[in-house]
Amino acid sequence: MVELGAAPGIRPRPSLWRRLDAMARAALPVAATVGLLILAGAPFGIPDQAVLGPTVAVISVFFWTLYRPASMPALVVFLLGLLLDLLNWQPLGAGVLLLLTVHAVTLRLRRPLGAAGLVAVWLGFAPVAAGAAMLLWALVSVLDLRLMPVGPALFQAALTAALYPVLAIPYAHAHRGAAAPERA
Amino acid sequence: MLRLSLPLRQALGRLTLPVLFAASFAVVLLGRLDLRVGDRARAVLSDALAPLYALIAPPVRALRVTADGLVGLIGVDNDNARLRAENARLRHWQAVALALATQNRALKAALHWVPSPAPEFVTARVVADAGGVYVRAMLLATGPNHFIHSGQIVLAHGALVGRIADVGARSARVLLLTDLNSRIPVLLEGGKGRAILAGSNGPRPRLIFATGAAPRPGEQVVTAGLADGIPPDLPVGTVRLTARRVPELVPYADLDRLETVQVVQGGLPPPAAAAH
Repeated sequence: MVELGAAPGIRPRPSLWRRLDAMARAALPVAATVGLLILAGAPFGIPDQAVLGPTVAVISVFFWTLYRPASMPALVVFLLGLLLDLLNWQPLGAGVLLLLTVHAVTLRLRRPLGAAGLVAVWLGFAPVAAGAAMLLWALVSVLDLRLMPVGPALFQAALTAALYPVLAIPYAHAHRGAAAPERA
Repeated sequence: MLRLSLPLRQALGRLTLPVLFAASFAVVLLGRLDLRVGDRARAVLSDALAPLYALIAPPVRALRVTADGLVGLIGVDNDNARLRAENARLRHWQAVALALATQNRALKAALHWVPSPAPEFVTARVVADAGGVYVRAMLLATGPNHFIHSGQIVLAHGALVGRIADVGARSARVLLLTDLNSRIPVLLEGGKGRAILAGSNGPRPRLIFATGAAPRPGEQVVTAGLADGIPPDLPVGTVRLTARRVPELVPYADLDRLETVQVVQGGLPPPAAAAH
């Protein structure tokens, strides 16, 4: 975790603009996630497009919790889950529990995966993606009091694992640049 | 900024996740206790997003049409030959249909037939998929002063698509007939049997509780007009049997590519209005 002014050394005085800049950088991961969630619901006419919502949310929460947990705090994860529930018409609370669980699991994975390369993190993410899809299936089944078809859950697991680098590579660039408050 | 001692801050930090998990269970309970809370929040969100999605839709559609055109160029020769053959066949059927229509008109005149009133409808634009991983629905942009209420049925080119499930200030949501929660009473044209059309979230809903003769493949399915003011005899699709001989329905409406739909006026008012 990098905090402003935590490291010793000479730094410029935190002027208003600098502080605004730092705040914008700190908010970028959440803003990107919200933007992608809304975009995932846009009418592209892709078959089974609805799976994109939870996919994007799980990848974003995983990535930013792993690399910049200060920009993806638990309360924000909670609110993202609520947005996911509303956008995806699933029972209220299912997305909240899903994303909070991903967040909690990823916090545990920071020690083994934090310094690993993209491919190793991707391999570590695959079981998280599969678990997330199964958890969402179970939550929706329990909350709707009916057994949901398993097909979409398997598809979601595969898609989430497969799409990880598509989001992680631009996110990694942002992590070192536009989303780094310490560079403000 | 509140200055707290380091151990206290760490203790608070460790408490955040459990507290939020408890809060999410509270959200689950709230959603189960009062379904309207979620529906109202979703309607507000849909109202806000519908214009945005309506803005994105035309360029995306243009792009898709272009892509379809490029793909279509590959098989254009075969398509032409097939269409020419089909055209010849259809011209024959057109002659038959015209002759039958004339005969039908004459017979109706002779019988003093009272025609059933044509359903009145409003047309609305489909702006987005309003479903999720486990929901099959779509969002309509309706404008501020619409006469759409939940329970009304929705058609595309005359074929059944689904029913209105939620209504916002400038948007409405259609629960497609393929959704897991969709149940529509239907009539099988051939055997005059009845059945319930039950969605399964897959592309082809199932026909359950069929009475009369067993549904035969290729048989026409129309609305039965038994429940909740659904007009009768609206085309829904044709019967198809799965490998295990389970009857299911191939809808006439292309549910994946709908651009505009017709919302049939009439039907029962929403339960809230009926209670007053």
